[in-house]
Amino acid sequence: MSQAIRRKKVFPWHIVVFLAPAVIIYSVFMVFPLLNSLRLSFFGFTPDNKEFFVGFQNYVKLFTDSTYAPRFWGALKNNFVFFAIHMLVQNPIGLLLAALLAGGGRGRNFYRTILFMPTVLSVVIIGFIWQLILNPLWGVTEGLMKMVGLGSLFKPWLGLPESALIAVSLISVWQFVGIPMILFYAALIGIPEELIEAATVDGASRWHSFWHIKFPLILPTVGIVAILTFVGNFNAFDLIYTMKGANAGPEFSTDIMGTLFYRTFFGQQLQLGNPAMGATVAAMMFLIILTGVLIYMFLWQRRVTTYEL
Amino acid sequence: MSDSSPVRTATFTYRLRRFFGSLAPHLVLAGYSVFALFPIFMILINSFKTRKAIFGAPFELPNAQTFSLIGYETVTKRANFAQYFINSTIVTIGALLLILLIGAMAAYALSEYRFPGNALLGLYLSIGIMIPIRLGTVGILRLMVGLNLVNTLAGLILVYIAQGLPLTIFILSQFMRQVPRELKDAARIDGASEYRIFMLVLPLVRPALGAIGIFTMIPIWNDLWFPLIISPSAKTATITLGVQQFLGQFVSDWNAVLSSLTLAMVPILIFYIVFSGQMIRSITAGAIK
Repeated sequence: MSQAIRRKKVFPWHIVVFLAPAVIIYSVFMVFPLLNSLRLSFFGFTPDNKEFFVGFQNYVKLFTDSTYAPRFWGALKNNFVFFAIHMLVQNPIGLLLAALLAGGGRGRNFYRTILFMPTVLSVVIIGFIWQLILNPLWGVTEGLMKMVGLGSLFKPWLGLPESALIAVSLISVWQFVGIPMILFYAALIGIPEELIEAATVDGASRWHSFWHIKFPLILPTVGIVAILTFVGNFNAFDLIYTMKGANAGPEFSTDIMGTLFYRTFFGQQLQLGNPAMGATVAAMMFLIILTGVLIYMFLWQRRVTTYEL
Repeated sequence: MSDSSPVRTATFTYRLRRFFGSLAPHLVLAGYSVFALFPIFMILINSFKTRKAIFGAPFELPNAQTFSLIGYETVTKRANFAQYFINSTIVTIGALLLILLIGAMAAYALSEYRFPGNALLGLYLSIGIMIPIRLGTVGILRLMVGLNLVNTLAGLILVYIAQGLPLTIFILSQFMRQVPRELKDAARIDGASEYRIFMLVLPLVRPALGAIGIFTMIPIWNDLWFPLIISPSAKTATITLGVQQFLGQFVSDWNAVLSSLTLAMVPILIFYIVFSGQMIRSITAGAIK
């Protein structure tokens, strides 16, 4: 005690007490495993599980080895397709629905609640639901298409290598469209009425006032939606694992980084799991996501003007 | 907006245009709502039908002849859904309460006190907002093996706390900065300890705590990845993992598949319908951005 009093200020123990639990749990269960995982991507394992340093060998293997490289480049390509479909379908539909909801009028709360509903369900449930709905055995989709005279166009999309990835992506879009919708909606209703009224008085059409006044004002949200989509897509796993299993069939046509990571780390029927190569795949996912986040922070956020409304 | 615009000359064409102008959004929204609900609805109604009716008349509601609970009987006999449900509840509630408490404490320290490294610590804690915790899975599994936490609910809870803290701290510290300084200083003059003042501030950010709570809960409840990797045993499986494994085994038993999907969906749907107003309000009010 006397020592503490002699000092000018008592050491602020309460700050340590407030911060310690969060800093310790976050560091031990998130930061340390992440760094350790990155470190392991530079190591190999002996049969008796001892680590040895291999430099960039795991990466070279991932990019060029005949067992790993086709899967890696395939998953990377598929993942970009998966992301592109979300950007081109999910986010524009989200924006459209948000604009309609923000238009006001009766029933808007009801619509909002319904439209966001699939988003809160587990991806596992959504995956199985759509597997059943698209199943040719049950014939629900085919039946519906026949009703409108399009029965001949039905195909078992999930089972065909050329359409499975698109089908799975669109199911993911169906589920998560609620997120861009609600974020755009929040941004749109934040725009002051006076701005729009002034434009309407000046004779601007609704279409014109949306694209020339509202859209530029919600550009910051466009960026947030894009980066959230990017991070979510390059980290996705559950839907493909549920619908197509760890092998992401048919013929790896729905394989994305998340399923590749799982297979490499845990193994599959013919191949044993490999923690070092798993860590290497995870490190590549980390690099991709980090690149996206940095582009967002330094190229997008700095250029887009945020208007204080 | 069109409703509140100044009344103009109500010519016939204008009225007509206005009618269609307000009808079109309704049509799109209603059409999309049907599209969003239809698959869920199909699963719900068919889970109460006989196998024959599921295939023979999938679009019809169950009636006296087609009503059957056979799927639910299979599920209750074969799957340990009650256990999975309890596991999910323990993990979700446990992680949620600790995220809110620990996160609020850290957010309070970051927003209230000036100390060297404050900004840097805030930055360090916010890395996890954008970098998904899944990328450290190889390291997490090794750590769990080392700590003997594989196949325990505690292991899952710890991972979810680490996952939930960054965003919680980030949002709560913004809210805590808005709590008036006079209030805290008055308490200090009255001789209250710093811990006591924290307890005074906590109720003032209750709306933010509620919003964060709802948005933290759903991904934890729905997560498949970590239960699959660090606690896959039958005793510790969560409902999401349990359903996934059950469905994998019973793929061809349509009654059981539809019933288990319904059972897995209903709790979340009820929770959502009860809290949807608050959830959506919290986003639109800017609590979560």
